[in-house]
Amino acid sequence: MTGDIYQIELFFISRLPRLLAILCTGFGMSVAGLIMQQLCMNKFVSPTTGATISSAQFGILIALLFMPASTIWTRAIFAFVFSILGTIIFVSFVQKIQFKDVVMVPLVGIMFNNIIGGVTNYIAYKYEMTQALSSWLVGHFSSVIRGRYEIVYMVLPLIIIAFIFSNHFNIVGMGKDFSKNLGVNYNLVLFCGLAISAMITGSIVVVVGSISYIGLIVPNIVTMFKGDKIRGTLIDTALFGALFVLICDIIGRVIILPYELPIELIIGVLGSILFIIMLFYRLNNGRKAIALKIGGKCSCSQ
Amino acid sequence: MIIEKLSKHYDGKKVLNSVSFEIPKKSVISMIGPNGAGKSTVLNIISRLMAQDEGVVNFEGKNIKKYKSNELSKRLAILTQTNNVQMKLTVRELVSFGRFPYSGNRLTEEDKKMVDKAISYMELNDFEDRFIDELSGGQRQRAYIAMVIAQNTEYVMLDEPTNNLDIYHATNMMKIVRKLCDELGKTVILVLHEINYAAFYSDYICAMKNGQIAKFGTVKEVINKETLSEIYNVDFEILEIQGKPLSIYY
Repeated sequence: MTGDIYQIELFFISRLPRLLAILCTGFGMSVAGLIMQQLCMNKFVSPTTGATISSAQFGILIALLFMPASTIWTRAIFAFVFSILGTIIFVSFVQKIQFKDVVMVPLVGIMFNNIIGGVTNYIAYKYEMTQALSSWLVGHFSSVIRGRYEIVYMVLPLIIIAFIFSNHFNIVGMGKDFSKNLGVNYNLVLFCGLAISAMITGSIVVVVGSISYIGLIVPNIVTMFKGDKIRGTLIDTALFGALFVLICDIIGRVIILPYELPIELIIGVLGSILFIIMLFYRLNNGRKAIALKIGGKCSCSQ
Repeated sequence: MIIEKLSKHYDGKKVLNSVSFEIPKKSVISMIGPNGAGKSTVLNIISRLMAQDEGVVNFEGKNIKKYKSNELSKRLAILTQTNNVQMKLTVRELVSFGRFPYSGNRLTEEDKKMVDKAISYMELNDFEDRFIDELSGGQRQRAYIAMVIAQNTEYVMLDEPTNNLDIYHATNMMKIVRKLCDELGKTVILVLHEINYAAFYSDYICAMKNGQIAKFGTVKEVINKETLSEIYNVDFEILEIQGKPLSIYY
């Protein structure tokens, strides 16, 4: 790039925005997943297995439908509102039913996801908008250029807010009675936490589209090693998430050079494999086995 | 703390019927009675976890509902049975939550000292960096008590603290309860199933049946053949050991 104006321009218009978008996506999706998991006391809840991503997509479709000339900001607001609504409906549903088996929660979430996705697809077909919508259904970074991605920076202040209130989220995750004992307003904090996760997800979906599994897998891997205290894991989770997305992006770009595979495809493949491994591991060993192995202490009397 | 005419319905069924009593300060009060007598419901209402349908809980001269939640959490702590969390927190992290009502998200030096003291008081120093889900039931229960100590409240309420503990740990738990009152000057209110633990370690006993107070009084006033037989519908025999009543039921 020695003095080559064209190269420098390319760098600032496309390369740098792409890198920043990747980082923000990695930070955002993994932190959103972390918060949702802690608040719901369930390791299988995430923007993918909750209804957050599909609700955000539905919101974008509604924005495209009723306001065809809408800017990315209007679409983002629609995505926020719908993803918050969808997440809260899902969480209140899950809390009301109180499943005996924790694995039921993501299953219900995936069903709920598919219902919303089905409605989205139906409406998109009916109004011949499938093509316009496809950009948000499959996440990819190839359309990230200057002027069209800045909304993804929204995740940074939201993550900072999440960090400040991390102890509140932890306490709410310990249950309703526990929160009340410590003078924490359970419903308010639960709502705010879910809203933050949903807004993070919404601002990513509106720029790069659906990025699944990161919010599920990254927090799980980090908490296995570092415990559930959000203060201590939030930064690690964010960095690990960014690394994960970055690696997936590189794989997507080199695998069929000179063409590019959408990142959602790579993450989908890698993520679903990891998810299945994690599922089996949790089912066979429970949480305790992981803790003992990492801690290296086996004096547990249970 | 004065409790006046508490009533509570669940799905049209009356679980508490005009319950009134007064909690003497700096003593251990055990609530006993058969299942479904309303012991836990009373405990949940006086610790503001649950709202009553009728009646008033007067806490230090003021209706408990008039307090700010944060203000109350500095004066009154409750541990329920549902505190069996699967969250991977270390003992120290859990105990630090006890300081949350005071300092929120930032622990001061003084908070840290309180946490240290609570951990040593419960003899948890060896475990303070272990995750609570790796601990045994007795150790975990002690970690929760340490959190309550760090919370530094005048009132401590425990819902069946000896549940799921073996004789050794249950007895230890009761000794801790006694220490909370005698050494730290707290008022401890417990729900207990084991009558003999209640008789041996409490100052006062509140016996409940069918959502009403059957008898409230000192241990000797409540633990006698007639009262217990009437409450539990089982034959009782009372022996005296170390000056305390020991009940045998068959």
